[in-house]
Amino acid sequence: MIPPTRWLPMPVLSLLLLVVWLLLQESVALGQWLLGGVLAILIPVVCRPFWERQPTIKRPLKLLGYFFRVLGDIVTANIQVSKLILDPRGRMRPAFVEYPLTLKENFPITILASTITMTPGTVSAHLRLDGRTLLIHALDVADTKALIDEIHQRYERPLLEIFES
Amino acid sequence: MIDMALWIALALFCAAIVLNFYRAVVGPSLPDRVLAVDTMYMNSIALIVLFGIWVNNKDYFEAALLIAMLGFVSTIAICKYLLRGDIIE
Amino acid sequence: MLDTIIEGAVAFMLIAGGAFAFIGSLGLTHLKDFYMRLHGPSKTTTLGVGFTLIGSLIYFSREDGPVIQELLITIFAFITAPVSAHMLAKSALHHKLKPDPRTRGNPVELESDKPRHTIEEAPQGNSPLP
Repeated sequence: MIPPTRWLPMPVLSLLLLVVWLLLQESVALGQWLLGGVLAILIPVVCRPFWERQPTIKRPLKLLGYFFRVLGDIVTANIQVSKLILDPRGRMRPAFVEYPLTLKENFPITILASTITMTPGTVSAHLRLDGRTLLIHALDVADTKALIDEIHQRYERPLLEIFES
Repeated sequence: MIDMALWIALALFCAAIVLNFYRAVVGPSLPDRVLAVDTMYMNSIALIVLFGIWVNNKDYFEAALLIAMLGFVSTIAICKYLLRGDIIE
Repeated sequence: MLDTIIEGAVAFMLIAGGAFAFIGSLGLTHLKDFYMRLHGPSKTTTLGVGFTLIGSLIYFSREDGPVIQELLITIFAFITAPVSAHMLAKSALHHKLKPDPRTRGNPVELESDKPRHTIEEAPQGNSPLP
């Protein structure tokens, strides 16, 4: 997207800081824009050494589509989990599933793990750095193979396209 | 209509906090207790926001934001301690 | 008319939020093992609190223009909830909490016979040779 420069090492973070500042102040007066702008430039410059390499978003539009898909899935996930919790007979088929990762970089893996936690019946439990696998706990799963395929098709493929293609 | 919904929501959140408290006291393991306290602070955010609607004052939002940030940071800190600090070994 | 619709939306959001949060806490209380209990709070309570915040957002926007501050907490909650759930699951695995007997699949982290070491905490230095 926007190429990083010396005085603007993390453009997306700067933009985010400015937006959050304006939201917190609840005003779009010129003074708030100026103060927010100064902070948005100063904070990334100071915090630069603490950060790892910034990931590059190759397809921002696709990221937006991914965001809305996850938003929809969160609502479905909650209705599903609520049903499971309220089921008086408590029929669940919990399982630990090992998910083989194809993503390479840290940031996309973080997004994938968070997505898995927020979507139907799965919580990402442990990331093994050596074997490149993600340990997932599923609340109610009939076929672990199908679950792995679904996660790959639905979430990992778009992330691959957005960040690493 | 909103008054009615407000009371129902307040009752539900209070019941949820009582359940969290039960798990925090009974919880067989340490992660269970931490999870219960984590859920409790999430519920208390909602309680504060509901109280803000009740007294018709939107400044309570800032208290809720503070609780959200402090709660998240302390949960992560406790988890790090559970992972690194030698509690059982 | 419009007022009624907005009031209805606020009421719906508040009640749905309360119901979701209550169900999440119910799951926290009555499910069998830690890994199953993790599902309730991490998903359902977060959405419940999110609904409540959106309800409050609509409520305060109705009188004097849009108030979008509350969206900030909602976004914050949705970003942080998976992270804390992941950390809690990790510490539960570290403590080797027993999963429910119905759980299929046994990850290496839970096997108790051999000591588990991740890469960075592997023993090094002056360990006696075998």
